Amino acid sequence: MTLPTLDLVVLLPQLIVLTAALLVLVVDGLSGARSWLLAGISLVALLAAGAAAIWLSLQPGEPRRLQAMAVADGFALLFDVVIVVAAVLGVLLAYQSIPRISQQVGSYYALLLLAVVGMMTMGAALDLIVVFLALEILSLALYILAGFNRSEPRSAEASLKYFLLGAFASAFFLYGAALVYGATASLNLEAIAAALAGGSRSPAMLYLGIALLIVGFGFKVALVPFHMWTPDVYPGAPTPVTAFMSAATKAAAFAAFLRLFLTALPTAQPTWSWALAVLAAVTMTLGNVAALRQRELKRMLAYSSIAHAGYAAVGLVAGTAQGAGAVLFYLLAYAFMNVGAFGVVAALERAGEYDVARGRLAGLSERQPALAAAMAIFMFSLTGIPPFAGFFGKLYVFGAAVAAGWGWLVVIGVINSVISAYYYLQVTVEMYFAAPAAEAPAAAAAGKKGRAVAKAAAPSPAPEEGKAAPAPLSRATAAAVLAAALGTVLIGVLPALLTGWIAQAVQGIF
Amino acid sequence: MVPLSWYLVLAAALFSLGLYGALSRRNAIAVLMGVELILNAVNINLVAFNRFIVPAAVNGQIFALFVLAVAAAEAAVGLALIIAIYRTRNTVNLEDADLMKG
Amino acid sequence: MLDYAWLIFVPPLAALLVNAFFGRRLGKPAAGYLGAVAVGLSFLVALGIFFGLLGLPAEERSHTVTLWSWIHIGNFRPDFALLLDPLSSLMALVVTGVGFLIHVYSVEYMKLDDEHHQLDARRYARYFVFLNFFIVAMLILVLANNLVLLYLGWEGVGLASYLLIGFWFHKPSAADAGKKAFLVNRVGDFGMAVAIMLIFAAVGAQAGSLAFTDLYRVIQQSAPLLAGVASTVTLLLLLAATGKSAQIPLWVWLPDAMEGPTPVSALIHAATMVTAGVYMTVRMSPLFELAGNTLTWVAWVGALTALMAATIALTKTDLKRILAYSTISQLGYMFLGVGVGGYVAAMFHLTTHAFFKALLFLAAGSVMHALHGELDINKMGGLRAKLPTTYRTFLIGAAALAGFPLLSGFFSKDAILVATFEHHAYLLYAIGLVTALLTAVYSFKMVFVPFWGQPRDRKLFDHAHESPALMTLPLWVLAALSVVGGLVNLPFVATLEHWLEKLVALGPVGKPEHPALAVELALLAVSALVALGGIWLAYRAYVQQPDLAVRIRERIKPLHTLAANGYYFDWAYNKLVEGLWAFSRFLAGAVDQQSIDAAVNGLARAFGWLGSRTSRLETGLVSLYALSLFVGLVVVLGYFLATAIIGR
Repeated sequence: MTLPTLDLVVLLPQLIVLTAALLVLVVDGLSGARSWLLAGISLVALLAAGAAAIWLSLQPGEPRRLQAMAVADGFALLFDVVIVVAAVLGVLLAYQSIPRISQQVGSYYALLLLAVVGMMTMGAALDLIVVFLALEILSLALYILAGFNRSEPRSAEASLKYFLLGAFASAFFLYGAALVYGATASLNLEAIAAALAGGSRSPAMLYLGIALLIVGFGFKVALVPFHMWTPDVYPGAPTPVTAFMSAATKAAAFAAFLRLFLTALPTAQPTWSWALAVLAAVTMTLGNVAALRQRELKRMLAYSSIAHAGYAAVGLVAGTAQGAGAVLFYLLAYAFMNVGAFGVVAALERAGEYDVARGRLAGLSERQPALAAAMAIFMFSLTGIPPFAGFFGKLYVFGAAVAAGWGWLVVIGVINSVISAYYYLQVTVEMYFAAPAAEAPAAAAAGKKGRAVAKAAAPSPAPEEGKAAPAPLSRATAAAVLAAALGTVLIGVLPALLTGWIAQAVQGIF
Repeated sequence: MVPLSWYLVLAAALFSLGLYGALSRRNAIAVLMGVELILNAVNINLVAFNRFIVPAAVNGQIFALFVLAVAAAEAAVGLALIIAIYRTRNTVNLEDADLMKG
Repeated sequence: MLDYAWLIFVPPLAALLVNAFFGRRLGKPAAGYLGAVAVGLSFLVALGIFFGLLGLPAEERSHTVTLWSWIHIGNFRPDFALLLDPLSSLMALVVTGVGFLIHVYSVEYMKLDDEHHQLDARRYARYFVFLNFFIVAMLILVLANNLVLLYLGWEGVGLASYLLIGFWFHKPSAADAGKKAFLVNRVGDFGMAVAIMLIFAAVGAQAGSLAFTDLYRVIQQSAPLLAGVASTVTLLLLLAATGKSAQIPLWVWLPDAMEGPTPVSALIHAATMVTAGVYMTVRMSPLFELAGNTLTWVAWVGALTALMAATIALTKTDLKRILAYSTISQLGYMFLGVGVGGYVAAMFHLTTHAFFKALLFLAAGSVMHALHGELDINKMGGLRAKLPTTYRTFLIGAAALAGFPLLSGFFSKDAILVATFEHHAYLLYAIGLVTALLTAVYSFKMVFVPFWGQPRDRKLFDHAHESPALMTLPLWVLAALSVVGGLVNLPFVATLEHWLEKLVALGPVGKPEHPALAVELALLAVSALVALGGIWLAYRAYVQQPDLAVRIRERIKPLHTLAANGYYFDWAYNKLVEGLWAFSRFLAGAVDQQSIDAAVNGLARAFGWLGSRTSRLETGLVSLYALSLFVGLVVVLGYFLATAIIGR
């Protein structure tokens, strides 16, 4: 009997991260392991995985495959890079705040790395079984991470909600996969496409299957109406977890979403693209409109992330190579700007606090000008103002949609980004144009409002009574925010660095 | 031989039962059980399709095995989370899980 | 030499970075000098570009400098590149030249804050960071060789404007004004963004760089490609222009923008940024000509804005507000000029307006400086004795604005009116003349009421003092330019017209015929008479018989009320926003809670036939969310079914 050849190099990034996850657990088990060592191992492994992904993508010739199960093509590897970006920033953010809420720092990093393994596999999967396994690996890790703050009941609640709904959505996804299997007699994406090329034998079963798959992915990327967990889970989970999962899960789910729908189901495109177009339009609108009235930052960013899922879905609706590239670019931009925004929130958080009220940003430009400037960059980028990354993300996505003939959807998208300007702007207004609210009465007593106090408060903000001051900005958090800001600006100034690469990479999924 | 459609109807019935259970139960564990029912419906589908449509292959059966394994892992994580919330709240009733809304 | 044009960005960028990081250590006034010198250097580069182009033969005066390839996605490949041609070099000269003078003025002016306390060094430095940032963004806007880069500058100046309007952020009104400016401009930007995409969708294969030169080529060689979208695109561009240049219907932000520091009002909200809309329309004029009807829209928007803003200006007593409405009105003239095909006239007026309006604002700032921030002209009076320099320069600026014969404003405004007349748009010409009369009246109201007569507030008057030399110097320079600025395009000599010749000949319509000499002379005389008549009216109403103004106001009370309230544009917008807000609250609330609850109840009832205990479905949030998943599935499935049925 001959054993099949397994080209495990295909999974090199995943294997590196997996090894690191196990290593973290072992090192954590040894007594006296320090937090910096665990974070260091995670960071090194993530960077190595990113380097491995880039190395693999530079290999000439046909992309390598692991049987018919997974492939290391440019598409998968670039999504690996997006996930690594989010994960690296997530580890940096966790460094300061996770030890404050839990003793089990080792399990935190191990779970995060396991989630990364699952996410990377999502993009590489060529078979519905692998998609399912990857989906579950990342989901199970994230369910636990969301509930990592044991002292905060909201965290446990977020975790439970995420779990129950996630399990429910996975079950839908599975049922869909089974029906597609029944309709096409195959679980391999390319074989499914081949089977459908001659017309489906049982279209009803196929479309029921596609609808169920849309529910499964729609849940993970938070498309309306499968989004309802987001505004509860994002604020409830510890901020570094939210930061990481908001960007990385979206990227991983869109990776599999794109590959599945564009590789396996292109023949059904006229049908599903319209359904997704409507979902995208509703998602953008509801996300932005609901975000308008939020006063807490994490909750606001949760709704904003729903809206951004809608923008990204526009690229999927386009269904072209340009659209797929646009989604990839958008998610990379989103990884920088959104994780960065959550990073600023993490920096402002006080111990035992559940969400950060927007009012707390008042006068931030005086107290911590660099942090405020970074937040302003993230907000402008999320709004889609040039020259930041978010602008080009939107431009790329909308451009692809216009080219594919989805003009009405783009108009809705652009109107939505006008609406979103309002709440993102509120944040900058608060930071730059508002005097700290808590200190206003004192200022009134002093006679001159605002100015005198702003001056007095400038060197060291006096802690408000009864509440703990935010911990001083740690180097790791500062590094994360700085890196995110640099990424946001750099992608905006030199998008051409990436676009050529992306355009080439996405060819592989068609 | 029992035709394929019977299996599909059985699976659909299980799916509906699971769905109803997941939607109608207040108890987190009961909701989880509903989800498990749906997974079993999936397994029946997978195995039946394998048997009737591609009898030469085994991929449907393997998928079903994976689903079983993952369902076990999911149940383990789920029960742990439910225990965690029970410790802080003394209840697993989902109506009480409403600290966050709107 | 032109290839080094990018040097124009270097000094302000460098100064911006130094001030951002070390501004506080530099302190006052070093941070200010740094910012001002940087813009001065940029001005020298702009001069270099100008002479570089001048050295080329006329038909070769269009030079592209590619700095780096910016975006390459399929056909879509705009570069980070500069287009140096007569039009952009003229704009660069205005931006850096006037910008330099205003920076110099700011060095002294910004030492004190709006309540006449010392401004602390950090905020002083930050002011110059923002101001330099504005110069950089504005230069990107005017030098961009393609639409996407222009959009980058467009958003950049909007951002700078927002930051600077809200600079005195401890005043809620200032922060609100900044926000309003930003949001109103987003509406315009929406038009711009969609227009760019439509243009790309139409000619992406032929002109994927979206460079203006490529677009011109497409328009000349294969116009039918664009003919289909030209109307939509140009109307969207017009929307964008009305946002940035404060025209009907998006003009409401500019009067509020006066909450910013006065030099900012001079630089951004009078001389440069607000003219970006005019520049953009002129830049895209070949496309506008292709669209035909849109130019008529442009002309009417311009003319109506000019007239309405002039009437509002007459009713105001706040010096800066009068100037703000006057700016809107003069921008209206420029759009009128563009709309009737008088691109050179519009650019000419844009240039002279930059001189005299910046002068008026800076002189007004000098008055504020002297009177501790007082802006109500009814509390001033007799100031010419106390502020001789300010008075003289203000008088020159006001005369230029009023169109006093032989000053710069006279020639440029006349050029627009002549173009209108030659376009046979006699109704528009009449509106332009009436506006010119009103302009002369309110211009000299601003001279007579505060500077002549007796002091109305003794205490203010006694405190008044002339501004220091660093502030009056820019006033004199601008005053000189306001006097001689007309020379750049004297009738019959038409230097500017020769300079911009290539541009004029670009569109399908081609170069306009010059009017007969006699007609032109007659129109010149009419303009002169109207201006002098307006000044005489102002003299009657505000000096000789101060009660005359009151009597007139009583006579036309409803009209006056209408104008004094800005034709209720703000009121209407507020109502609109309130409505939208309520709708959003309803939508957010409804979608999140009530309607889902309703759906749950409905579905629970629908499930009733399934058996007993239907209320079981109402089990709290988790089931609710799960239900929403299920409803989503049903909807998607229903959709699939529907398409399947319709498909067959």
